[in-house]
Amino acid sequence: MGKLTIGCFPGLVGNWSYDFALKFAGAAKDKGHDVDLWFSGNASASIVAGQKHLKDYSTGEKYLAELIEKGVKICTCEACSIARGVKKDASVKGVQWNAMHWYLASIHGADRVLQIGGE
Amino acid sequence: MADIKCAFIVQKPQYKGETSRLAITHAIAYQTVEIFLEDGETVTPTLCFIGEGVLGIVKGQKAMDTYGITSTENHLMNCCLVDLNVYVCKEDLAKYGISESDMPDAEEMGADMKIQIVPMSEIKAKIDEAKHVLFF
Repeated sequence: MGKLTIGCFPGLVGNWSYDFALKFAGAAKDKGHDVDLWFSGNASASIVAGQKHLKDYSTGEKYLAELIEKGVKICTCEACSIARGVKKDASVKGVQWNAMHWYLASIHGADRVLQIGGE
Repeated sequence: MADIKCAFIVQKPQYKGETSRLAITHAIAYQTVEIFLEDGETVTPTLCFIGEGVLGIVKGQKAMDTYGITSTENHLMNCCLVDLNVYVCKEDLAKYGISESDMPDAEEMGADMKIQIVPMSEIKAKIDEAKHVLFF
């Protein structure tokens, strides 16, 4: 089995790229791969805890919690999150906070990298 | 002891979206990635601007005055200061009427590295050399 690193940059609501990134990460983990997920740009606001899943909108929290439970490592760009008013103590439990070098380090050890660009 | 080459390909214009800027800052982060790696392990990024991505690669930006943010020009000067290879597609620059003399430069700050204007064929070669290619 290999290691997959996903860089996810799109926002939680307004497109389905974010949703795809999370479900793809889950599918890869289910197949036995190690998966790292990096959030930057608008994706970094998706880690806020207490999201209400309205059926007309995509949601992140439920899937993030499931991915973390499965062992997917998830890290947000601290600067990107702070710039969007996200507070560490009000974010989804288990999401790491770090800087862009976390992503590069993950890429260093990855067999495959999937960069999902944002808006 | 591995060095992993990554090609960061920017194809969206600066200031229109955030990711074209994030490509630059992510590439610069190679300077500190070693804190997570074993001795001798490195990441070597190559930052390439193609298509509309060449828009905004010019001197004299007033982003701080206009938007209250650090300019792309400043970020590119930082790239030169940290010896990051930056390539800009020659054909695409010509398409948008941007000349070599318009390129940002950090020579006055002591940088040895300069932004390099190269044909698309050379950028394709950089992509071929990279283990991972990231499009922004």
